[in-house]
Order: sequence, then C-alpha cells, then structure tokens
Amino acid sequence: MNGNRTRLFDVAVIGAGMAGMATSLFAARRDLSCVQVGNGGGILFASGLLDLLGVHPVADRRRWDCPFEALSSLRRDLPDHPLARVGDDALRAAFEAFVSELGAVGLPYAPLDGANHPVLTSIGTVKTTYAVPRSMMAGVEMMRSRPSCLLVDFRGLREFSARQVVAKIGADWPGLHSVRVEFPGFEAVSELYAAHLARAIESAATRDSVAERVRPLLGDATAVGFPAVLGLSRSGEVHERLQQSLGLPVFEIPTMPTSVPGLRLKDAMEAALAAWRVVRHVQAKVTKVSFDDDVATLSLDDVPGGQTIRARSVVLATGRFTGGGLSAGRGHVSERVLDLPVHQPGTRGEWHRRDFLDPAGHPVNRAGLATDGDFRPLSADGRPAWHRLFATGSILAHQDWMREKCGSGLAIGTAWTAVEAISRGLQAPRKAG
Amino acid sequence: METQVLIIGGGVTGTAVARDLALRGVDCILVEKDDVNAGASGRNHGLLHSGARYVAHDQDAATECRIEGDILKRVASRAIQDTGGYFVAVQGDDEKYVGDFPGFCARAGITARPVDVATARAREPAISDKAIAVYEVPDASVDPFRLSLESMAQARSLGARLMRRTRVVGFEREGREIRAAVVQDGTNGTTQRVHVSQVMNAAGAWAREVAQLAGAPIEMLYSKGTLLVTHGRLARRVINRLRPPGNADILMPGGTVSILGTTSSRVEDLRDIHPTVDEVDLILREATPMLPPLETMRIIRAYAGVRPLVGSPSGSDGRTVSRGFALFDHEADGLSNFATITGGKLTTCRLMAERAADLVCRRLGVTRPCLTASDPIPVSPECEWTEPGRAPRSWMSALHVDDPLICECEMVSGSVLDALYQALRAAGDTPTLTDIGLRSRIGKGACQGAFCAVRAVAHLYQNGDFQGSRGLDEIVDFFRERWGGQHAVLWGQQLAQAELMEALHCGLFGEELR
Repeated sequence: MNGNRTRLFDVAVIGAGMAGMATSLFAARRDLSCVQVGNGGGILFASGLLDLLGVHPVADRRRWDCPFEALSSLRRDLPDHPLARVGDDALRAAFEAFVSELGAVGLPYAPLDGANHPVLTSIGTVKTTYAVPRSMMAGVEMMRSRPSCLLVDFRGLREFSARQVVAKIGADWPGLHSVRVEFPGFEAVSELYAAHLARAIESAATRDSVAERVRPLLGDATAVGFPAVLGLSRSGEVHERLQQSLGLPVFEIPTMPTSVPGLRLKDAMEAALAAWRVVRHVQAKVTKVSFDDDVATLSLDDVPGGQTIRARSVVLATGRFTGGGLSAGRGHVSERVLDLPVHQPGTRGEWHRRDFLDPAGHPVNRAGLATDGDFRPLSADGRPAWHRLFATGSILAHQDWMREKCGSGLAIGTAWTAVEAISRGLQAPRKAG
Repeated sequence: METQVLIIGGGVTGTAVARDLALRGVDCILVEKDDVNAGASGRNHGLLHSGARYVAHDQDAATECRIEGDILKRVASRAIQDTGGYFVAVQGDDEKYVGDFPGFCARAGITARPVDVATARAREPAISDKAIAVYEVPDASVDPFRLSLESMAQARSLGARLMRRTRVVGFEREGREIRAAVVQDGTNGTTQRVHVSQVMNAAGAWAREVAQLAGAPIEMLYSKGTLLVTHGRLARRVINRLRPPGNADILMPGGTVSILGTTSSRVEDLRDIHPTVDEVDLILREATPMLPPLETMRIIRAYAGVRPLVGSPSGSDGRTVSRGFALFDHEADGLSNFATITGGKLTTCRLMAERAADLVCRRLGVTRPCLTASDPIPVSPECEWTEPGRAPRSWMSALHVDDPLICECEMVSGSVLDALYQALRAAGDTPTLTDIGLRSRIGKGACQGAFCAVRAVAHLYQNGDFQGSRGLDEIVDFFRERWGGQHAVLWGQQLAQAELMEALHCGLFGEELR
C-alpha cells in the first residue's frame, strides 16, 4: 500500500458501518477509486434484515406494508428527513445493487418485491422490514399463513427461548410449537455463543447431528425455525442442506446482537469491497482532515508517525454515539472528525424523554448533521462546509432510524444519492494541478 | 384477616419493627404498597454514619449514630462493610470548621484520627491534591436492601406476614380505637379488612397520608435528595467533605460502584420523584474539587429519594430541619392504638423500631424486652444476592452446565433467578422481573439491563414461569424503572450505551410498538 501515500483517490470514506460500506461499494461500482477508513465494528450490531422504512409517524406507531407509501407520507410530513431527499427510483436501484452485491459474495437475499415483510424476532415480537436474507424468508411466509410450524432452540443459547416465542404469539398461531435440543458437541458447555454454533454447524457431521436430533420431534410441522446460527461464510449451503435433510423449509430467527447475521454481513461487505478493489485502512482513525481547493488530505494514525491519504471527495459515514461519529459532553453534542455544527436540542434536559418507550421518540435521536440536497454537511454559515464533503447514514439530522425502522434505508439511500453527486461533481472540469 | 399489630410500610423502619415485634412474640402483618425499600430506604447513600457528619450542629444525633452504628455492625454484619471513612477538607473550605472538627468528635465519643494528606492520597488516590486536612472516622457502608430483607426474613420465620403491593385505603374507627384497616391489593384492586389491635404507621414520607386516613394530622416536610452511581469504584472508604453539610458531600463505596450525593430540595408532591439534569450537574460541580476524577468519570445512573422530615418549615431546603426521628402516639388526636414512627435515618432504624415496638408492647401489655440489639440477624439464603460478588462466587464455585450466566455485567446466573423466584413464590407472591432485580444485582451493571433482561425473561419463560405476553410486559416495566435512573446521566459513553439499548429494543424488537 506504499503507493497510497501519493495516490489521489476519487473518494475517501470515513467509517465502516452500514453507511460507510454502502458508500464505498456504490463509489467503486461507478469506477471511482475509493479508500475507506474504519474497522467495521458497527455493522456487527446489524440484524441482517435491511429496513427501508417501516414506521411513520412514530408517535402514531403506524406501520406500513409498503415502504414507498410510507415514504410519500414521510416526504409530506418531514421534508428535512434524509430519506425524503432520496427518490423512490434511487432507493429501488440502491437496494437492488446492494443485495445483488451481497448475493455475489455468498449472502443471498430474497428477491425485493417493493413490500415490507413481517419477521418474527427472537423475543416473539414481529419486526417490519424490507430486504430479508434468504435464510429467513420461509419464516415470513409462515408468519403470513401460520400453518403447523416447529421452533427449535438450543440449551445454553441464553437469548432465545423458543418456548417464549410460542407463549407470546401461540394464541394467534395454534400450530406453533417449540422444542429445546442440545447442540451437538456443546453438551458440557453452559453458555453457548451464536458465533461458535454457526462455525460448528458448517461441519457436515454437526449439521447432520442437529437434523437427527430435530427429525423425531417434527410432528406435523410444515416448516422449522432455528435461531440465526446456521453457518457463517457457508450459511447458504448449511441452510440448503438442513432443508434437504429435514425435508421441510427451514428459517432463521434473528437474535440479539452481536449476532451471526451481523457477522455475515460484515464478512460479506468486506469481501464485496475487496472484489471492487476498495483500499481499506481497518486499524486507522482519521485524526485530521485538511482541504484545499480541490483535494482533501486525511491524516491517519495507523502507523507510527501517522500517514496521510489524499482524495478529491470525502464522505463522513461515522455514525452516531455508538459508532463514534457524534460525541456528547454534559451540555453539547459535537461531531468528532471535523467539528462540524450539529443540529441538536437546546439543553441536555431536552435530549431524552422521561419514558424510555415514549412513542414520540427521544429528541436527541434527531440530532445530527444538517446537509443540502446532495448530503453535503453545512457549516455555521449555512453553506456546504467543503464543496466535495458529504455525509451519509445515521449521522444525518432529522431522522430517528431506530423508531422509524429505516436504518439500512438511510445508509443505502443516502450513500447512493451522495455517490451520484460525487460522480457528477468529479466529471466537472478539473482545475489545473 | 386478623393480627395483633399492623405495620404500614416496608422500608428499613417497618421491617425493623416487624423483626422487633416478632422477636418479642407479637403477631404482626406488614403491608407495603410497593416492595421492600421502594421509598427512601432504597434510595440513599447506604451510609452507616459514624456520627461525625453531625458533630458540629447536633451532638445528640452524632452520639446516637455512634451507638447504633456499633450495634448494627454486630447484629447485621452481613449487610455492612466496615470500610472506614475519611473527612477531607480542600483549599477554600471553612478552616474554622476544620479546626473545630476533632474536638466536636471527641465530645460525641467518635474517634477522629488525623491522617496526613500524602498518606490519605496514597490510600485514596481519588482525593484532590488540593486537600488540606484529612481525618479518619469509623464510617461504614450498609446495604439497606439486605438489611431490610434479612430483618423481614427473620420476622417471617417467627410468624410475621408480609403483604407486598398492598395499600391501606382506610381505617374503621370506633371511638378512640382503630378496629380494622381496609387494604387494597395493587395487582387486582380487591380490598379486604384486617382486624387489628394496634397499628404502627412506618410509611416514611407517606406517613402523613396514612395518618390522615386515621384522622391524625402530622406536620412533615419532604426533602428530595439525588444521588449518582459511578461506573466502577472510585474509593475504598467513605469520603466525606469536611465542611458544614451541603450538596454532594459524601462519596460512598457500594460494592463495585461508588455512590455520590446528595442534593436537598423541598418538594410538596411525593408523586413523580425523579433526578433532574440540573441536580446531576450540581452534584458533579460540587464534588469535583474534592474528587477531581469525577470530572471525566462515567456515571451510569442517578436516583432520587424523599427524606421525611418531621417539624415545621424553617430553612428553604429542609437541611436545617432535624434529621432526628419522631414517634407519635396520637393520644392527643383521640387515638389509643395508632402510632406513627417517621423521620430519622438509616443508621438509627433499629433504635426507631425499638422505640416504636416499646410503645406498641406497652399498649398491648406485652412485657418482653427488645432483643434486636443483642441477637444477630440469622442468615437467610434468599437475601444474600444483593451483595456484589456473591453471585459470581456462587457461579464460579459450581460452574454447573445447567447454570448459565444471565447478567454478564454483574455475573448473576440462572440458579440465582430460580432461587429468588421460588422464594417469592413460596411466600405466595407472583414474582416479577423488577422484584428479582431488587433482590439481586441483575441490571445494575453498565448495560443497565439492556442484554440481561432479555436473557432473564427467556430463562423464566423456559421454566414455564411466564406465560403469554407477560415476560415482554415485564421487560418494558423493568426498562421503565431502569430508564428513570438513566435519562439524567446520558452523555459520553453512557449515552452510547443507551443508544445501543434503543437500537436493540426499539430498532430490532420494536418494543415501543406494542
């Protein structure tokens, strides 16, 4: 990577969560040379489900079967919402591109049909989401038709009780049953970790043994649900083989993070970025960015003495408080990398509501960077901070992705739109030098 | 129902009265509208005062604390950590007060040994380099939950009954006598009569309301105090500010954490008591000169309690009203079998109970003496789980394959949940997740229950203890309770933690949509 010091990239992406990954991927697909800084830790908290927009307005708890209908309502009510600035066509194209890239590196998703889908969660609630991993799709069909169905859990996997899910929704789904089995090879272990099980079940012997233990318990089940531990890099194969040996559709139920689908997504994104030759600085933090007329210079701390990378455009995809893009002192929220102005409530007393589950949501969750229509963050004077500085994903203001169920849509949609703008801008005549 | 003595209020005083009466062979029922220590008894520093805090302005209270502290160290040793305490003055503090302090302590019989500042800072590195004087006193830390739970457990073993979630809604009075109390079950709203010979009102801040139901007015003031919980323990000893009592003067060791407080502000309404952002900031501002690491310390929680103060208003914040306790026999109100014990402090709860029980026994004609100062409280296995470190030791020594860790912050395993569930169940209760939280360390670590509540509920469903939607309702109740202590301290890492909790419980599980 010695050449990277002098190389001038088209795009430098700061951040490796869902937004950073999507931005890098879309940039690379447009043949823009791309460098990404960040370790991808945030994506581990993903569930594998890719939401577009599930709930709006949050205070009314209104769920939508069609995300695009939800979007037109959102655009009317919240014109500053980042998703209100991404067109339907762009969102459709962005999601198609995103899931087809994941499919190409072995993480297949069910075909997108423009509709939201109900997905049963590990605690027995029903989540509304858009793109569903193929390994979970049979569960969506079961949720809709509710035939006889068996949910399996593994003793020691503490965050998932199949009996709990049945207790929770069994009254509306009489054919739903639960069984608990020992995970082969882990009979003497008290706490099982999903990632360990996922690795173990990639061996044919373990997989067959799981099937043997479940087969006598099937009864009249027409499908079988498991916690999402069915393999890591070979999850497609594990899922397929398990369906064959049980002779029934099999589906995964998303569990608490950090979850196996989160791990799969991180691995798959990394593989996709590698295939598109995105240069990545995984161990680095950006300590400083300086801008001249046409080139930004990022200082990194990954080697002794630091190093710099140069790029013609910069995308800030550093996330919120958990991701480290925003930081909160006792009185003020600030942006970590460039100290950009942060749109925020007046005082800390207004950040959160007194009830954790207040349907209106916590005002601090709508704090973030204000941008123009191309997702260029604004400086204090209301103009773009730099003409080719962009921001994507959850760091953006005027959204509440956790309540609106739009986290992936926000990341993928704003990444798509920002990359379009970058691409347009870079095609404009370059200045000399 | 029928009993000799109805005790109203399950705080440190009410449970101590139950223990006292039970030891004297008197039959009693304790009714508590919420749960054990749900009021100020569970929302304080957990400080067993040496008395040194009071020497300058109230020698009687100081002496009382010294004597009662020594007794509790003997009879309630499992609830107490004899940490010792420092009184620390920093530059700018009142030097006359500092100079007078050792003499005042001596007069109250309290050992206050001067410690040179360098030695004190070597032992307690959190103390500021601007410290000018340090005295060592025999302060200690007390777990008020364990104290009340163990007192109540002993009382129950001797025949006393506890009715949680039961509120007194009226009294039936004939002439000078209360014949019965009408109590309401908070779970299903049904009422019943409890026929009584005597009533002891130990309802803490709610004592005025209860007395009013009996037709006996009491003048009381309410002083709200807010405290903070730090992530990790900042000091081994109790660290007191060596100055006249004021805001944020005491840092307490509380197992794996430190507890910092308190504030004092008059309130009129007992409903909706919660810590505010301004109080949190005030505490940090006031305490940082003595303990500079607080400036960057992660705060994981804040909580507020209401001190019941007996007397009439004089100062604006209630701090100048006596912290002594009051026992009303209500004879002047025309009542012969109703009494109120209120005010006071954690350190003197046993003495308050003794005086209250003496009055009740006199009225009943019972002559057996008080045994609470001499008989140690016996071990009750179900009461040990509030102790930090107890659950991890138990789990590590067994390491049983069927005993998974449920709470990873505080290392509480499934067998602890089962033991608590079964103990509550055996007492005829329907245990909730919040009940189990009060009796253990579950949800008290940095994650504040975000992850362990999910595991705990899955465990209880799997045991068949929860049916239908109940477990999810309980997660929501549990979070509401935990959140009440979080929303005023959400900045820095704790805000990131709260965001992660919301991403999980709202983003993925959609619990707000239920």
